[in-house]
Amino acid sequence: MLLPRDRGFVHPIASEITPLTAFNARRRWLAAAGAMALWGPRAAWPQANTAPHGAALPGARSAVPGAVTMDKPTLMADATGYNNFYEFGTDKSDPAEHAHTLKTRPWTVSIEGAVKKPATFGIDDLLKLAPMEERVYRLRCVEGWSMVIPWVGYSLAELIRKVEPTGNAKYLQFVTLADRAQMPGLRSSVLDWPYVEGLRIDEAMHPLTLLTFGMYGQVLPNQNGAPLRLVVPWKYGFKSGKSLVRIRFVEQQPATSWSLAAPQEYGFYSNVNPKVDHPRWSQATERRLGESDLFAKKRPTLMFNGYEAQVGSLYAGMDLKKWF
Amino acid sequence: MQSLLLHPLAKPVLFVAALLPLTLLVIGVVQHTLGPNPAEALIRSLGDWTLRFLCLTLAITPLRQLTGLAAVARLRRMLGLFTAFYASMHFSAYAVFDMGLVWGDIVRDVAKRPFILVGTAAFLLLLPLAATSFNRAIRWLGAERWQMLHRAVYAVALLAILHFFWMRAGKRNFGEVMVYAAIVGVLLGWRVARKAAGARYLMKLGNHVAKG
Repeated sequence: MLLPRDRGFVHPIASEITPLTAFNARRRWLAAAGAMALWGPRAAWPQANTAPHGAALPGARSAVPGAVTMDKPTLMADATGYNNFYEFGTDKSDPAEHAHTLKTRPWTVSIEGAVKKPATFGIDDLLKLAPMEERVYRLRCVEGWSMVIPWVGYSLAELIRKVEPTGNAKYLQFVTLADRAQMPGLRSSVLDWPYVEGLRIDEAMHPLTLLTFGMYGQVLPNQNGAPLRLVVPWKYGFKSGKSLVRIRFVEQQPATSWSLAAPQEYGFYSNVNPKVDHPRWSQATERRLGESDLFAKKRPTLMFNGYEAQVGSLYAGMDLKKWF
Repeated sequence: MQSLLLHPLAKPVLFVAALLPLTLLVIGVVQHTLGPNPAEALIRSLGDWTLRFLCLTLAITPLRQLTGLAAVARLRRMLGLFTAFYASMHFSAYAVFDMGLVWGDIVRDVAKRPFILVGTAAFLLLLPLAATSFNRAIRWLGAERWQMLHRAVYAVALLAILHFFWMRAGKRNFGEVMVYAAIVGVLLGWRVARKAAGARYLMKLGNHVAKG
């Protein structure tokens, strides 16, 4: 039997897909019309209009299998107004409110450790390092909600190949910015700063692991991890570090912030898995934000967030309950 | 002040005012102004209001004793009932929006998450108090037993604070929790202090009588 490798991701003809800008414009129009009908002119400013407007950063539709889900994208206002980015506060609205203090230029990312060509890249070099692609990924937060976001960037593998890892490079650690002057949330002791994350090198090399510079066709808004972040779509959102400043290639499994803070609750792998519950709540279902009907049932969470066909083989033979 | 509290409109005004938070939330749902996760916003806001009404209810007796305004006690029952009302809305919102009203899931979740368990316990403990709030219930139970039963509200207050504390523990975000804990601490502490002072006074009185 012939089964395409990207089972579940069969795409219709590209021209049939509504461009995101048109989609969002329609949503805005509908929301405005609906609000007007119900409440008169007072309510004519629906939230959809509060999305930030950044410089354009277009990306070509990605050809990587599984990289463009057909799920309906979340409104940009929601994806940029409801964030976990504790460096700017622990409330979901804090990042959008406070991240304007983040200075994203000049910005460098140093690549260190077990590589033949350690280097410090300026953000403009990184932007030019490989062609930009648009990837529409599901994002599943460990807290039980999810979004669908069109990111812009390229596979992290492109950068990894440039610096030529040595045989000792078994893992990557991602170090993010921790600057008290720019990040009011650092005064809180909720985590040890800087926020660090990590991947096994084969996870980092997987084409779906995205080095991300933009979303919704624009450069990343500060609250979403400007000027560059990671997006690992089959893992819980916290695995995808924001505002990266350093990538270390190491031999031993590196420390990661949440597994340091609560090792029984957050493991190194943190793959999305409906069958392995968080100790304090179920992971079997999720609330897709923007599925506006308040009474809509939560949707079932998919194994590896729906990317099992692409990434399942990375974990062949592993006990995912043990390596949660 | 006394005449204002005794005014025939005092209770209706309080009733309408106490419904305002719920009204604003319903408007928020209809207008889509509760943010990207309206279910979460609803559940949390209803929890906040439960705690606020609980504090208001517990403030009545100290207020009466401090100010000598006996008439504030007129409002206590309505505030207590609104505490139970917002607690029911809070629990219902959780059961419907978070759990899809699947009772098996709710029972499993209550057992699994300590903060849900504590919140549910506080809610269940409030129900008999709300159910015995009317005058005839006081007569049936007898004033003493009724008062004993209604002292359970102190346990409810402590459970509610613990519920809020545990809920925020994930992000170690305790600022607001501390504010409510301080308020409840003062309101319950006042009662303890008064009782202790009363006991000391009685003891002194007893000594005087014995010596006399």
